Amino acid sequence: MLESHGETSPLSGEPKMTRTFQLSIFLASLSVLCPRPAGAQQNFDNVQIHVEPVQHNIYMLVGAGGNTTVQVGSEGVLMVDTQFAPLAPKIMAEIRKLSPGPLRYIINTHMHPDHVGGNAAMAKLAGSDPALPLKIIAQENVLNRLTETAPGQPRFPEEGLPIDEYATPTKSLHFNGEAVVIYHEPNAHTDGDSLVLFRGSDVISAGDIFTPGGYPFLDLDHGGSVQGEILALNHILQLAVPAKTQEGGTYVIPGHGRICDDADVVEYRDMVVIVRDRIRDMIKKNMTLDQVKAAKPTRDYDTEYVTSNSFVTADRFIEAVYKSLSSSTGSGRSSR
Amino acid sequence: MIRFFAAALLLSAPAFAQIDFSGSWAPLYHEDLPDRIPGPELGDYLGLPINDAARLRADSYDADRISVVPEYECRPHSSDYSMRGLANMRVDVVRDPVTQRVIAFHTRMNFQEMERTIWLDGRPHPSEYAPHTWQGFSTGTWQDNMLDIYTTHLKESYLKRNGVPRSDKATFTDHWVRHGNYLTVATVVTDPVFLTEPLVRTQTWVLDPGQVIARDICETVAEVPKAADFVPNHLPGTNPFLHEVADWYGLPYEATRGGAETLYPEYRKKMGKPEHPRQQCERYCSCGAEGLVCLSPTAKPPR
Repeated sequence: MLESHGETSPLSGEPKMTRTFQLSIFLASLSVLCPRPAGAQQNFDNVQIHVEPVQHNIYMLVGAGGNTTVQVGSEGVLMVDTQFAPLAPKIMAEIRKLSPGPLRYIINTHMHPDHVGGNAAMAKLAGSDPALPLKIIAQENVLNRLTETAPGQPRFPEEGLPIDEYATPTKSLHFNGEAVVIYHEPNAHTDGDSLVLFRGSDVISAGDIFTPGGYPFLDLDHGGSVQGEILALNHILQLAVPAKTQEGGTYVIPGHGRICDDADVVEYRDMVVIVRDRIRDMIKKNMTLDQVKAAKPTRDYDTEYVTSNSFVTADRFIEAVYKSLSSSTGSGRSSR
Repeated sequence: MIRFFAAALLLSAPAFAQIDFSGSWAPLYHEDLPDRIPGPELGDYLGLPINDAARLRADSYDADRISVVPEYECRPHSSDYSMRGLANMRVDVVRDPVTQRVIAFHTRMNFQEMERTIWLDGRPHPSEYAPHTWQGFSTGTWQDNMLDIYTTHLKESYLKRNGVPRSDKATFTDHWVRHGNYLTVATVVTDPVFLTEPLVRTQTWVLDPGQVIARDICETVAEVPKAADFVPNHLPGTNPFLHEVADWYGLPYEATRGGAETLYPEYRKKMGKPEHPRQQCERYCSCGAEGLVCLSPTAKPPR
């Protein structure tokens, strides 16, 4: 049921939705970037966890939520993002094939349920050894979001909260023989995005800042912005060093989709920049959101980035870019 | 005894490779020379079965991208384009060290040192989550003496060097046929994102045993100061170069916009008249004649 408080958007003239409703829409239709509908009703029985080796001791686990990154070594296991709670036993079973070591770190790239939903279940499966505690890390805005309980929504399980939050531009740790550097990317996909760089393995876990095969979900209600998205993609390009012929070298694990590298991120960054340029030009010409949508400024990218079950449709992407450019908040930072 | 030797000969014959493609090959540019050597004109999409998305993407392409965005500077051609690009090729045979069976052909081209392996040992293609590369993942099977090569896992690249795109969902098939010292390669590209029907192109190579494939070392350098969020592109409807090819060659503008129907001879009957007809050839007129590889549009054949 759509709740409206009678407000209208100054940009589109459409009724504004409450944050609760927007969140419930998000939860209910989080085929966002994953092909299957997510949420409590989704049946995970038939989901298989695919393990794709990336580089050195890094693996990408693909199931039903966002991609999970797993780093294994002599000190134990570190994972980035946990997909959905019902998948935790299957994910843990695959991790156990890679390492018998303790699960020591979970890093969340952002607050969406297809990336944090399995935190508590994984924590339970990890057990509790005071000498080898599990730490759950995320940028502090993720903790802030997860501890906000919207009316009618269940509380996020306490044992899955990222209470090892950070509020600085970067956080780093050394684990399994390599530096792991976590970068806060302000106001990109959300306001709590983290990139995770495995400096020795030369792998970046990008979360939903980078979703090849789908337009980025600019979650404006949770601090996302198009300019922040571009800056975050540029930061990935700054960190990634391609090998010969501009491919390989640093590998990038996206929030959803296949393993990528620098050249793939370049194509994606170019797409976001070019669409931004087109919509910015239309805004300068005083075109309304409806007029911009009707002009189809993404029509040469839709065949590549939209499928029949995409959550981020062309119109949704156009609307997010339009509203992001029309707001005065910007990205919250200057370019690097 | 004769039967024994015949049987032994048959048994020792390579189980996989029927024809040996190894050696150094030089491309012959008699097909589509202006398109391949100086490079295609901006806005020339004629004969390409592209959809509207590809057309707008190409219209938006600004070649400044290659010099302004360092990540583009050292990119090689993708393997579907490299067979018609500007580069020579060496083909090596890869043998199983124990059985001596040919398990792959390995190609190396001098432009950007492109290297490609064509597996003949029946191995599967990587998973859908594996990285994509410029050369992709290729496996070959024999149809009599023709090698059919199927390639997946390609990076996004171009069908033409004027910005006509080819997506990373594309796959293609090569057909390699050797006629003595000549190699014919037919390439069939399928792209669900940008093509409405497969794009078929052929290229010819000649064996050139004295050829040396030198190194081609490329280093990216930020040559032009730019903002981090700047990517050169033409906004829709603003590219001033799109009519050039029609004007220079005396073609109807609509024909230069491409699409599947422009592939076929029947299209000539309906393509209309050019806005600026030409009485005689004025551009790249002598390319290929008398062995001339012309880089200048006004080059004349040697007297």
